Amino acid sequence: MADLKRQIIEQLNLKDLKPEDIGDDQPLFVEGLGLDSIDALELIVLLQQEYKIKLSNAEEGPKVFQSVRTMAAYITAHQAQKV
Amino acid sequence: MSSSVLIAGVGIISAIGNNQQECLESLEQERAGMGFMNHLHSIHKNKLPVAEVKADNARLAAITGASPQLSRTALLAMVAAEEAWRDSGMGKLKDLRVGLISANTVGGMDKTEDFFPSFLQNPAKGHLRDVVYHECGSVTELVADRLGIKDYLSTISTACSSSANAVFYGARLIKQGILDVVVAGGTDALTRFTLNGFNTLMILDANFCKPFDEERRGLNLGEGAGYMVLVSEKVADMVGGKIYCKLSGYCNANDAYHQTASSPGGTGSLLAMKGALEKSGLQPEDISYINLHGTGTQNNDIAEGTAIKTLFAARYPPMSSTKSFTGHTLGASGGIEAVLSAMAIRNGVIYPNLRLTTPMKDLPFVPEKHFLKNRAIRHVLSNSFGFGGNCSSLIFSTL
Amino acid sequence: MFKNKESEISAFLESAYVFADPKYPKFYKMDNLSKLGFLASEILLKDNEQARTYPAEEVGIVLSNASASLDTDVKYYKTVSDFASPALFVYTLPNIVIGEICIRNGFKGENAFFISERFDASFMVDYVDNLINNNILQCCICGWVELFKESYKAAFFLVDRNTDNPSVSTFFDTNQIVHIYQSNNG
Repeated sequence: MADLKRQIIEQLNLKDLKPEDIGDDQPLFVEGLGLDSIDALELIVLLQQEYKIKLSNAEEGPKVFQSVRTMAAYITAHQAQKV
Repeated sequence: MSSSVLIAGVGIISAIGNNQQECLESLEQERAGMGFMNHLHSIHKNKLPVAEVKADNARLAAITGASPQLSRTALLAMVAAEEAWRDSGMGKLKDLRVGLISANTVGGMDKTEDFFPSFLQNPAKGHLRDVVYHECGSVTELVADRLGIKDYLSTISTACSSSANAVFYGARLIKQGILDVVVAGGTDALTRFTLNGFNTLMILDANFCKPFDEERRGLNLGEGAGYMVLVSEKVADMVGGKIYCKLSGYCNANDAYHQTASSPGGTGSLLAMKGALEKSGLQPEDISYINLHGTGTQNNDIAEGTAIKTLFAARYPPMSSTKSFTGHTLGASGGIEAVLSAMAIRNGVIYPNLRLTTPMKDLPFVPEKHFLKNRAIRHVLSNSFGFGGNCSSLIFSTL
Repeated sequence: MFKNKESEISAFLESAYVFADPKYPKFYKMDNLSKLGFLASEILLKDNEQARTYPAEEVGIVLSNASASLDTDVKYYKTVSDFASPALFVYTLPNIVIGEICIRNGFKGENAFFISERFDASFMVDYVDNLINNNILQCCICGWVELFKESYKAAFFLVDRNTDNPSVSTFFDTNQIVHIYQSNNG
């Protein structure tokens, strides 16, 4: 998850943040990190670029991107399926 | 100083017709312009429906007598602006101060993106003449040259409200006595640049769009151009042609919420509509028809719908989104829809909102599903809301 | 006013951000044009806080430039062959810089963006005068914000109907505007 946090910071240009600043279960959207809809789209690109996972249904987004932990779980689940 | 700004002529080209007459026929026959790509080469060719103008550049050039090497954006503009000019009968008049206010968002991007790949591989390749007209301002200059307009030129680029803004800026110049005649409107051609961009924002519908439907999934991109010839009362008397209507109200406001999404209550939209009504001295119940911005995205339609609910409070006029026919023509949409609004007044018609099967559950009104004629259309409100929170509303009224 | 000898654009913007100190992390998501315009507005408003106290619908923004959003257009286009970037695409319109300033300050008044080869001072004066004199706005941020790669220039003016300090403010007319615009060249 530390790697994922680093990738998120990089992809979203969160200049002032370090990976240790993001809690594993901290809400990413609305409160917590306060990300917006464009950030969500960038996270979808991140999944594709780094993990080759395609999230084609934008409605799944809120569930998957709820926190770093839920993102990590999603990645693990879908990477396993690919193999 | 002139107090009224009148519309003496209109010109339009879109996916549903290459001129006013063809567009009106399509609207009456409820025949939308979406389909799979014919002219644009893209990896999304058979996956994403678009609303292309049914003419390639060679055909557009033939209509207007311009060079087919020009960018599609400029060619579309020329076709529509020339139609408007002929329609107005201005050609016979001399010694008038004439301006062109033209809007677009893509400029000559269609030529540039064809040029770019070979250029990236080898900077010596590709014809530089293809990119000479890349920037937005040169499209305006090309159109001005074509129409022989020299006195005043201006280019606006404010996303989807661009050409609505061009229309009321033109009106202001006439009211201030700076110009006698203004050709105002906008143009945009389909490009891979915009298609890929909107695709990446995940607001494109993989099927034909369904504005103001509960099940809507996004917009379909379109292309085209729409221009009107605005004149002062004095000039209107001189030309003696049939005047369509007057521009009785307009307003622009910023939503100040997000770069691409609208605030949930549609604050910017509400301010723009309210301001336009105040300017025209009308009450909400005076409006005969609203031409919605109605892109078909989840976000726009609920924001716009909520703003209408707030403003019109139970006295809802008939309304529709003509983007269900023409797609979202971006920089041209304000101009195209202004032209359709003027045509609605002249012909006494209300356009349908196609493919509406399930009304939005949070709204207490439903757009018109069928073409209606023989109506007394006295005042039309036309909405154009762009990225960057730029919200504009125009009101056209009978004389 | 803020001056920095740095010619490299991101270093310049970074130092200007430190100077203006707006405490606005969303700054880092913006493209260079928006960063430039945003910072220019922050520095402008630092000494003119009253603009932020007017009713939101009475403060507007009118800007212009030559290249529209070309700097970002090019950057975005390079991502298309790999994975198109939504965050970059958002900025492929010049008026987004206006949107950013409005979001930051809550300004909801009329706004417009014009494209012209050079800054047209007399056009700007006429346009904004009209808005203020016809009570469409009380106050307007206007000017020029141009950026393409390493070449950039921003000249912002705050035009306010109510000026209580005539010795500080300057009469808003074409000659004054051209003078200020040119005196800060280089």
